Amino acid sequence: MAHGPAKGLSRWLFATNHKDIGSMYLWFSFAMFILGGSFAMIIRAELFQPGLQLVQPEFFNQMTTMHGLVMVFGAIMPSFVGLANWMIPLMIGAPDMALPRMNNFSFWLLPFAFLILASTLFMVGGGPNFGWTFYAPLSTTYAPPSVTFFIFAIHVMGASSIMGSINIIATVLNLRAPGMTMMKMPLFVWTWLITAFLLIAVMPVLAGAVTMMLMDIHFGTSFFSAAGGGDPVLFQHVFWFFGHPEVYIIILPAFGVVSQIIPTFSRKPLFGYSSMVYATASIAFLSFIVWAHHMYVVGMPIAGEMYFMIATMLIAVPTGVKVFNWVATMFRGSISFETPMLFCIAFIILFTTGGFSGLMLALAPSDFQYHDSYFVVAHFHYVMVAGAVFSMSAAVYYWLPKWCGRMYSESMGKAHFWISFIGFNLTFFPQHFVGLAGMPRRIPDYNLIFADWNMVSSIGAFIYGSSQILFLFNVIRTIVAGKPSPEAKTWDGAEGLEWTVPSPAPHHTFSVPPQVS
Amino acid sequence: MHSKAKRLLTLLLGPVLLIANASAWADLADRSTVNMSPGVTELGLDIYKLHMMATWVSVAIGIVVFAVMFYSLFAHRKSQGHQADHWHEHLGVELAWTLIPFVILAFMAWPAIQTLLKVYDTDEPAIDIVVTGYQWKWKYEYLGAPGDASADRVSFFSNLATPQDEIHGENEKSEFYLLEVDEPIHIPVNTKVRFLITGNDVIHSWWVPELAVKKDAVPGIINESWTKAEKVGIYRGQCAELCGKDHGFMPIVVVVEEQADYDKWLNGKKAEAKKLRELMAQSFTLEEQITRGEKVYSASCAACHGAKGEGGVGKPIAGSKIATGPIEEHLKVAANGVPGTAMQAFGGILNDLDLAAVVTYQRNAFGNNMGDSLQAVDVYKFKSKK
Repeated sequence: MAHGPAKGLSRWLFATNHKDIGSMYLWFSFAMFILGGSFAMIIRAELFQPGLQLVQPEFFNQMTTMHGLVMVFGAIMPSFVGLANWMIPLMIGAPDMALPRMNNFSFWLLPFAFLILASTLFMVGGGPNFGWTFYAPLSTTYAPPSVTFFIFAIHVMGASSIMGSINIIATVLNLRAPGMTMMKMPLFVWTWLITAFLLIAVMPVLAGAVTMMLMDIHFGTSFFSAAGGGDPVLFQHVFWFFGHPEVYIIILPAFGVVSQIIPTFSRKPLFGYSSMVYATASIAFLSFIVWAHHMYVVGMPIAGEMYFMIATMLIAVPTGVKVFNWVATMFRGSISFETPMLFCIAFIILFTTGGFSGLMLALAPSDFQYHDSYFVVAHFHYVMVAGAVFSMSAAVYYWLPKWCGRMYSESMGKAHFWISFIGFNLTFFPQHFVGLAGMPRRIPDYNLIFADWNMVSSIGAFIYGSSQILFLFNVIRTIVAGKPSPEAKTWDGAEGLEWTVPSPAPHHTFSVPPQVS
Repeated sequence: MHSKAKRLLTLLLGPVLLIANASAWADLADRSTVNMSPGVTELGLDIYKLHMMATWVSVAIGIVVFAVMFYSLFAHRKSQGHQADHWHEHLGVELAWTLIPFVILAFMAWPAIQTLLKVYDTDEPAIDIVVTGYQWKWKYEYLGAPGDASADRVSFFSNLATPQDEIHGENEKSEFYLLEVDEPIHIPVNTKVRFLITGNDVIHSWWVPELAVKKDAVPGIINESWTKAEKVGIYRGQCAELCGKDHGFMPIVVVVEEQADYDKWLNGKKAEAKKLRELMAQSFTLEEQITRGEKVYSASCAACHGAKGEGGVGKPIAGSKIATGPIEEHLKVAANGVPGTAMQAFGGILNDLDLAAVVTYQRNAFGNNMGDSLQAVDVYKFKSKK
């Protein structure tokens, strides 16, 4: 029974089709990426030179906080959920997501959550100004009144994430086509399955943390207030028990994307498929037992310090396995350099660099110098931006012909890549230097010894930021007027069920399940 | 000189200046702008070595992995007609690149554990100093040698000394821009000093890179850290944990000096404290209290309440109900602050004499002609009553 999408607004408002919902997620996350990016531009403009030029410290703190929150919860996470919505049913031969109405609900919660969050910027006392990690008591006793709205927004986002995860797990476990055994699933599906379990495990912990904040602020409890017998450090333990798995929630789907694209353009199957699955599972497990490496200088006993150091260093093993497998996939392949491949190669180099600085940060004694300095800022942008965002750019170029049946402009794509690559490194590599030289993070102004590299960093940020306009233009141009690319298999080296359906993918696919051999 | 030209000059003359300065006091100019400072302590050097070791191990692994990758990217290009292999599994290499990293990690973990043990060895210090983080300044309290209860305690606040006009670009920024304070702390060279670090309001973090100390200042918890500086000089650091509006404006300056100089400084501080105690016991006339209070007001109140009591971030003092109401209530607000607002509890920040003087001043300035006054002893009584 073939029928097309509903007409007008109701197609989107009442959407239950995984492709429509996936598209909405992707557009929403791009909008948030631009919003969070604008906040970053304000930060870098203020830090362009020493002195307070553009904004006051109060507003600067709101910008760093909102940049982090919007990028993590609004841009990166929903973008991968959007990708999961689009691709998981296509990859496992399912007609749709298992729970289409819940899918609609989990998407439509998000715009409201971010409307609430963004509206705090216009409230008396300003928006959240306590950092995206919102450590108590700065985020409780000393917070602006808008913190209550922030807490509500986090709750709504959490509900959306949990529903999205349940949907993905239900889909992957129940709707695989006949013959699609677990160990035949594309790696992107595997990484998302594991990510979904991580999300279900830790989003309630985050909800718990913000609920305790709410109680402390409005109902006279003292979970995080020392004066009432509570403990500010408890907040950090609870937060990072969520926060550390959270960074793997962000990066694991990115691993999945890279594991799809590299074999395609190497024209060679992924090296070590099963070890990739096991490595992903190991990383997910380890992510639960290393949280306090974010808290080396908070005053932990030495035994705890040593345990968290060694456990953290162990993550390098499965992560290394993944990098080695990607390199081995390329080895003796037949490699071509289309835009998605360029982003994936850059991903490997830059993510590995971020991994190295992560290993350095894991060493507790050295962390006594690195902690809360710009070195940390450099580190997590290497894994978040060059990791998650680069892989997301790769994914969009890679699957765009499947989504809209048209080919993007390769030259514009390559220009986007090179401008991003140069801009990104100009922005974040010098931040290693200023961090090591002693510049703390989250400061609106700094001594002259940090001035030169901050200027370089700001120039890089403006370059990287503007390259995203090229990206947006390229995508819109492709959708509206790109060269038609009607063949089912866009890339000659691509494997997988998504390349067996026509391009653009029809509104309903796999109404009859395919047989996987 | 224009600051950019000056920077260029420093860049050019840097090596020369470094040699010229080699025997002089260490200060900011000695710090690298691209790498961690080995600092002036044995522990700092250990941490620096660990950092460099981890850096070079990373570089070495990076070179090997990326060399293989770039070789493939170059040699196995489709455009060169290279045909893809189907090599996609090999137990041997997969085991090797799982097991070899364990060895490398163990090699890195061992010195890290050794250094960590040193970081935590806070035993037997010669001096204890309590460091308390406030929004947005540091308080230092010298306890003397551990267990020496008879020692005269010295305590003071250390505030940012950079003038506002430099921050807002109305004046040229000095070399120590944002890294200068009105009252630095002093410690003797080659002496183990223990810092007992805590927070008064939110979490701060006390960081002096060259002394290899960073520890969070958490309200309700006293953390320990230590240093033993081996070179006289001035060492500058900053708060490292986001603590609100002026997080970037609460620097730390530590003067490391010879024991004799340190003793002289400490004795001077003790004499000041003694003088203050004597003053506290005295009674002052209304005029004397107003004169003293005016100074305190411009240092501690004017930023929020305005130079003429007209208000700003804080409420106006001129004609305010509190400043023209009962004096007990006025003192209560000044001493305990207003919870949930930016109004701090000055009872723990100002000494009794200054608090009495500033309340007196507020009641007798800006047109609030109340004519009443407070003495230090009144504040003392008020606090003891609580």
